[in-house]
Amino acid sequence: MLAVVGTVPDPEFPLLAGKVTLENGNISIQGRSVAVNRGTPALLAAAAKVGEALGQEEPFGYLVGDIGRGEGSQQLYKYLAKHLSQTDFHIIAFHYIQPLIGWHNRILSVIEKMKKRPIFVADAGYMYVAKMSGRANAYDLFTPDVGELAFLADEVAPHPFYTRGFLLHEENHVPDLIARAYAHGNAPQYLLVKGRKDYLANKEGIQAIIDEPMEEAMEAIGGTGDTLTGIVAALSAAGMNIQEAAIVAARTNRLAGTYAHPTPATQVRDIIQYIPKALREILSGKHEEKHEQG
Amino acid sequence: MPLFQFLKRKGSNEAVEERADRGFLVFENTSEVIQAENLLKKKGWEIRVMGPPPEIRSGCDLVIEFPLIEELKIIKILQDAGIPPLQAVPVTSPLLQPVDLFQIRDFGRYLMVQAANMKLTVDKESLTIVNISGGGCPDVPYLAEQMVGKLLSEAPSPREIGHTLCGYALQLAYEEMRRRCSQS
Repeated sequence: MLAVVGTVPDPEFPLLAGKVTLENGNISIQGRSVAVNRGTPALLAAAAKVGEALGQEEPFGYLVGDIGRGEGSQQLYKYLAKHLSQTDFHIIAFHYIQPLIGWHNRILSVIEKMKKRPIFVADAGYMYVAKMSGRANAYDLFTPDVGELAFLADEVAPHPFYTRGFLLHEENHVPDLIARAYAHGNAPQYLLVKGRKDYLANKEGIQAIIDEPMEEAMEAIGGTGDTLTGIVAALSAAGMNIQEAAIVAARTNRLAGTYAHPTPATQVRDIIQYIPKALREILSGKHEEKHEQG
Repeated sequence: MPLFQFLKRKGSNEAVEERADRGFLVFENTSEVIQAENLLKKKGWEIRVMGPPPEIRSGCDLVIEFPLIEELKIIKILQDAGIPPLQAVPVTSPLLQPVDLFQIRDFGRYLMVQAANMKLTVDKESLTIVNISGGGCPDVPYLAEQMVGKLLSEAPSPREIGHTLCGYALQLAYEEMRRRCSQS
């Protein structure tokens, strides 16, 4: 089973833990409905769509309201430190949350002591704090975009806001940034770098490049990275190994985008509805495999 | 390497990493440090006054250590109180500067400005904010909810309603977008 940890942009939203379902385009947890715009609700909606397509159970969510003050995040960290050890999730995806090193390290220590260690995925704020803490290599998968990859490659930056300019220049090739992130120990077992081309890499180098179908507008659409993380996490929960799940997820996310005929003004909820159709087609081999091997 | 040296090094690295989410606020004089300390403590932030590291060569003999992620909100509070810091820098690398490089993508009808990890896209015809993407701090979905669909001139600025360094990066993208749109 997949568990997802994150926040929703409503300061009044209480800490809730439970199965997440889809209802009229929104996600629902413990009877509360949350609009799907971007962030963790978009990740959960994409994961739920994958579960729907594969006949798998719904993802389990740990959600709390936080608009950047960090209070909700701290409440969630505290809850997880107390309860995670009693769970047996196959995979846990940590997402939008205030990056707080002390709490991150406590959660990591709880997970490392679990009898059966779950697959451990981080994106967004949790990926930042995992790198900031120097423990990126304790994780199985990060899903950065190219800007965030530059941050992972910068051994001194504590946050993407402080990434040094020479790493942000467009001429810096993604493969070089990936190699640098691994060289400094700031990358997990696998990196799935999302962008105009999606790259799957590990410490040996690039394992696959997925660049079709290509929709230029996707870069501008908030939440398309969140859906990618949701799809790969749900596929891993369904039993695929990370490498296969990442490649299928990248192709599915791109194809769902294409079906939405996106412009830079498209909203991610208009793409999420096409995930089951795209996934079924990718899995049935209707769209030939076109990724390059690294 | 002798065991005690290894342990010493490990302990020291861990201490540095534990502080990677902290920053230093540098002020002109100690009177401002005291005022800022009182104000921030009153508002509930975990801060402490200490001596500056050798890399910081400006300001007085005291600095305030603060939660770096919340730089945007803390600086706004200090500015509003008339005690803006000279500098805000990461504890682990005080010489680092905020990102000052913008990446621009022109989609024809739409223009996208990226600063660090944040992207802001505007419809050039109506000057409406149509999308915000990137980022990972919890104020990003909130900022997007408050800004997307509004005119660039009428949307609240990230500085007003944001809290974190992601919000700060979005503020830079927003300022650059306004500058570019005012020229066209």
